[in-house]
Amino acid sequence: MLELRDVAVTYRSASGDVPAVRGVSLGLAQGEALGLAGESGSGKSTLAMALLRLLPREAEVSGRILLDGEDVREMNWGRLRAVRWASASIVFQGAQHALNPVRRIGDQIAEPLLVHGMATPAQARRKAAELLERVGLPAWRARGYSHELSGGQRQRVMIAMALACSPRLIIADEPTTALDVMIQAQVLDLVRSLIVEDATSLIMISHDLSVLAAMCDRLAVMYAGRVVEAGPSREVFAAARHPYSRALAAAFPTVGDPESRLRPRGLGGDPPDPAHPPTGCSFHPRCPVAVPACAGADVELWPAGDRHTAACVHVRTGQAGPETAAVHDPLPEATP
Amino acid sequence: MSLLEARDVHVEFTARGRRTRAVDGVNLSIGEGEIVALVGESGCGKTTLARTLLGLERPGAGSVRYGGAPLAYTSRALRAHRREVQLVLQDPTGSLNPRHTVYEAVAEGPRIHRLPGERDRVAGALSRAGLRPPERFFERLPHELSGGQRQRVVIAGALALEPRLLIADEPVASLDASVRGEILTLLLRLREELGLSALVVTHDLGLAWNIADRVAVMYLGRIVETGPVEQVLTAPAHPYTQALLSVLPGSPSRVVLSGEPPDATRVPGGCRFHPRCQVLAGGAAAQAGVEASCRSGPLAVLPATAAHQAACHYTAR
Repeated sequence: MLELRDVAVTYRSASGDVPAVRGVSLGLAQGEALGLAGESGSGKSTLAMALLRLLPREAEVSGRILLDGEDVREMNWGRLRAVRWASASIVFQGAQHALNPVRRIGDQIAEPLLVHGMATPAQARRKAAELLERVGLPAWRARGYSHELSGGQRQRVMIAMALACSPRLIIADEPTTALDVMIQAQVLDLVRSLIVEDATSLIMISHDLSVLAAMCDRLAVMYAGRVVEAGPSREVFAAARHPYSRALAAAFPTVGDPESRLRPRGLGGDPPDPAHPPTGCSFHPRCPVAVPACAGADVELWPAGDRHTAACVHVRTGQAGPETAAVHDPLPEATP
Repeated sequence: MSLLEARDVHVEFTARGRRTRAVDGVNLSIGEGEIVALVGESGCGKTTLARTLLGLERPGAGSVRYGGAPLAYTSRALRAHRREVQLVLQDPTGSLNPRHTVYEAVAEGPRIHRLPGERDRVAGALSRAGLRPPERFFERLPHELSGGQRQRVVIAGALALEPRLLIADEPVASLDASVRGEILTLLLRLREELGLSALVVTHDLGLAWNIADRVAVMYLGRIVETGPVEQVLTAPAHPYTQALLSVLPGSPSRVVLSGEPPDATRVPGGCRFHPRCQVLAGGAAAQAGVEASCRSGPLAVLPATAAHQAACHYTAR
């Protein structure tokens, strides 16, 4: 239902161009959940915003973004408005602060339905109450205000809003960052059950590979504006072929794993400056298995298994990198 | 030997006529060269307890002891205390003045405490925090540094006072995944090289597994389970700890507690966890004949020993 072909986003500014996304191609089938992993500056949030043309004017987007075969970049304003909310909606990081403090919660949930002419005011009110119950909040909350809710409850309201027009695609950008573990588990279970019930597609963005692996069918790992590895979640998380994916998976240890006890693992160096990505493989300055050729070599996504690709010279030459073996055991169970 | 200790500490706040029992009877001790993780959800009182150990809050009852002696709440004694026990805040961007150079930021503490040899002290602290060569960082401003480097500057600011204990509140929560391991490794190295103790306040059990010797799990103002990390996190005894571990990605069976963390203005009677307890709700407590105790029987405050222990009627039966 969604296809990205060679999508690039460049922020134009007086001090120079910043290439935030540098040629990303991805596909998403109806009902599929895709996890987009990466750190700040990797371009993952920019890419998500580009999908619904939510970027500021100084961001220049190229490539093709096909939503049900129709290029989002070529839609006129009216069509775009119809697509946002109704076909695809987005839940932002820290979105609980996006609720209007002086409007009733029910009115805010009903607003997209009314704007899109999908319901009469009476129907919209009923639908808002239904949606609140669906996300596990009592219907009487519709008459309340956002300050009466906790952070986790506000995030549920944002999810209810995103669901209002029954979109076929939900984009969730760090939906549980800043929430407590138990609330995070509640919200993730909720999102999971909603997408399973309605066969809604999901793109979830996070830097926590373990959360994405438990939620999504497929994972794409981004680094310096590019996808460096994509494949089935369990493979990318437990048997990553790209050294950056391996480092990201090891950053959040499995409690009980003796390998990580009193041995936190990370990467030396710092994430690259998006304005000046390194030459060759962007990851080579921090890569534990880099060879001299990496600084100049052009990397692309090479086959690394069934529906699995990785942009690493070690994958192309078929040589196993020094730690290609699974570094992360036990395998995460996909949440039912 | 205990370096910093909370003895039956209670801290209460009163706002709009409502009494919040933020810390409601806690014993906790941090030994020399020991790293202890204090784990819990927001609102459980872990930050208030950390502030009390720093001398920023005065306990309503109980005492804070440093090096065996009770903390005196005079400005002179507190100043000495805060040199020995240093706070590292969670958001390095928020805790650094954007217009102060790295040198100014690190030198601030030594100036307040009128310590000699400022330049050497700043250089030493920066290189111990992994910013080498230190002179290269002196004139940098926070916005010129990466998130990981800023957190190192914050840690260097603490090290410049040659403390014996760091209290770190979510030291890696605002950092990128790949940088997180580096900062945690730094805390372990400081312990090894300087014998520095640490209390790490966090909601992240993976972090406790990565660096702590002991862990204390806090719920609604009390420590409900404590002990060596290997024991508490691989064989949790308290239903609350069991639930926290079960929702980590990859755990086989999840116990998702419903509802929000409860309110410290209304602490339930009996075991304070009983309204959300899955063992009670599932009927196992009734079968074991402890249901009445769970609902109304008081639980003793756990002592500050190193052994694995849990405040639970069901596990104690």
